[in-house]
Parts: sequence; structure tokens; C-alpha cells
Amino acid sequence: MGPLTALLVRDMRMAVRVGGGALIGVVFFLMVVTLVPFAVGPDLALLARIGPAVLWLGALLANLLGLDRLLTSDYEDGSLDLILMARMPVELAVAAKALAHWLTTGLPLVIAAPLLGILLNLDPKASGAVALTLLAGTPALTFIGLIGAALTVALRRGGLLLAILVLPLNTPVLIFGVAASNTAIVGPMPFGPPFAVLCALSLISMVIGPFAAALALRYGLD
Amino acid sequence: MLELQALDLACVRAGREVFADVEFAVRGGEMLAVTGPNGAGKSSLLRLIAGLLAPARGQVTLHGAAAEYTVGEQAHYVGHLDAFKPSLTVEENLAFWKAVLGGGNEVRGALAAVGLDALAHLPALYLSAGQRRRLSLSRLLVAARPIWLLDEPSSALDAAGVTMLGEVMGAHLAGGGLLLVAEHGRLARAPTRELQLGRATAAARRSRGQA
Repeated sequence: MGPLTALLVRDMRMAVRVGGGALIGVVFFLMVVTLVPFAVGPDLALLARIGPAVLWLGALLANLLGLDRLLTSDYEDGSLDLILMARMPVELAVAAKALAHWLTTGLPLVIAAPLLGILLNLDPKASGAVALTLLAGTPALTFIGLIGAALTVALRRGGLLLAILVLPLNTPVLIFGVAASNTAIVGPMPFGPPFAVLCALSLISMVIGPFAAALALRYGLD
Repeated sequence: MLELQALDLACVRAGREVFADVEFAVRGGEMLAVTGPNGAGKSSLLRLIAGLLAPARGQVTLHGAAAEYTVGEQAHYVGHLDAFKPSLTVEENLAFWKAVLGGGNEVRGALAAVGLDALAHLPALYLSAGQRRRLSLSRLLVAARPIWLLDEPSSALDAAGVTMLGEVMGAHLAGGGLLLVAEHGRLARAPTRELQLGRATAAARRSRGQA
């Protein structure tokens, strides 16, 4: 097994073991989405109209959950030192960790979204559209979060600061994610352009995220 | 011949000079003991050689080894933190470090060498401090790297553990590796040479003050 595969497998294995965060994100997502109908009231038409936005907000917040442990746990137990001494580029090492986070936190949200759509009176087509946009957009949330995780790695209780750093950067992803979902459900604009921008945001953050995070780690460790 | 050389090394942390004008050379098969009082910069020196801290001045070079790797990529570092995940088993933890550090040796063999083979399937959470230290030391055995940087390697080890550590260190030196050990108490093995931090640094500071 190569070092990058080993890192990916270890992080995914830890996420599904005791104390791991794999299911916490989905359960939190369920909680947020369940609370909305109670707050808004039993107006089915209103729920269906705000449904995509609620699902996207829930996914955005749920995706934040494990981010503060993404690099901090390795920093605190000394693993990060040894990863920096391994014969692999730090950029790829942090990318592997972010991929593991997405596979255990982001992907379950995508899978859960159509089910939670039922709670918001979304028809199957609308739920499918939201799931598709989440699939395209959640990698951006994770890889932007990776930068925040690297910047706050040495701080005790940096989780809140991380959220404050990362949430503004997530705004474009949220805007285009919800816009693409709405065009697919009610129109009248075509689905293509906002969805293409969403995909572009994910691809850009997948390239920039690891480099920025590696830079922050190299200069931030002391 | 492998040789690790440090020239005019200085370390500044949080604006305070920890040490300066540190020079040494260690060849393959030699062991350098880094000594000095608390706060003299023993750990900082090892982290600096590992590439985990940037030197304020000076440089560390390794002669006679594969040029495409940095000194840190040729070195093992055993520090105060043990870098093991409590939710993974002893064997999973070590197999992970074997893959990451580029090892070619057997995980089971390394565990047997440090006396942990009976606990291979136990989550690392349940290990005692001494057992965690033994597991850290087993990392040295799964991947062959010529430089070992050991920061208080015998802390929490029992007498048998210290003997085991001495044997492992001896085998590494016999294989042409080099060894830097920072230790307060009794060393597991007699060093080839010694680098005293703290006193030399104070002298250097005085001489700079006069100049």
C-alpha cells in the first residue's frame, strides 16, 4: 500500500470506528432539516419552495462538523510531524485526508438528501436535482474547509474560528448550489450554467485547497 | 560514508534564542548524545534536524545518502508524542506508519522485537505509557531510515525495555546508521560523542556580547 492510500484508508477507518465522525454529519443534517417544518409550519407549498435552500444549508453546516478534527487530531498526537517527514508531497497528503473526509462526511449527505427531501415536500425530481448539485458542490465545501483546518491547526479550540473563516468562502458554493437546484425544479433559466459554475468551484478548490493548506502547515508549525 | 553535519546552527522560538553556534558531525555507526538542562533546546535541535522547525541560522546536511530526499525524509523521529490513534489496533497503527514511512520490514516482526506481538489486535487506547513507548520504538524497525532522532526514548520504559532499546540502537549502529539521542537520565547505550547544549550557548552569547 502506498503512503497516500494508507492515509486515505486510515482516516476512513477511523471515521467509522468509535469516536469517529462518519454518521454524526448525517444525523446533524437530519436534525436541521427536521426542525425546519416545525419552525415554518405545515405550509406544504412554502416548504417545497424553500426545500432546496434548507437542504443546502443543512449540508453546508453538517459538512463543517468534522473539519476542526481533520488536521488537529494529527497535530495533537504528533502524527502530522511524521506525515511531514514522509516521502510524499504534503499537498497530496492533505488532499488524501480531505478526500477521506468527503467520502465519510460529504458523500453520506448526498445520499441522505433525497430521503430528507420527503420531509420538505419535495417531489422526486426536485430531490434528485438537489442531490446532484450536492454531489457536485460538497467537494468544494470540504476542500475550502481544508484551508481553514490548516490555518487553525495549532489553535486550541479553533473550531469556531474555523467556521468563521470558512463560511464566507462557502457562500458562492451555496448560491450556485441553490440556484442550480431551483432552475431544475421551477425554471425558467436553464440548469446548465449555474451547475457548470458549481462544478468549476469544486474543481478550483480541489486544486487550490491542498496547496494553500500545505503552505499553511509548513509555515505554521512550530 | 554517511555523515550528518550541522554548521553554525541557531534556533529562535517566540523571539527567544534557544541555542546558537551549534556545530557537530556524526558519521554512520556513531551515536551522538545531546545533553543539557531543561530548556536548553535538545528537543528543538532534534525537530530542527527533522525539518519540523526552520533554523534561524545555519544548516544541516547529510553526505553520502540518496540526494533526492531531505534530511527529514531520511530520518526517524521519536518524540514525546506517540502518533498513534486510540481507535485503531496496535497492528493497524504500525502498518499505517510502515506504509507512510516507506518501510519494507514485517509489522509482526517489529512488534515481536519490542515485545508487543501478543497485543497486536488490541486498540491502542488500552496500552500503558510504557507499551505506547514500545510501539513508538517499533516504528524505527518497520521502515529502514539511516538517521534516528530519539527524544527521551527510554522514558516510561521498564528495565527490560531499556535493555531492548539498547539492543535495537546497537543493531542500527552496526548496520551503519547514525543516532542522535536527547536524554536526561541514563542512556540505553554509551554514546560515541556528546553535544552539550546550554553551557556552550551561554558562552557563545557572552562572546557575541563582547564583540
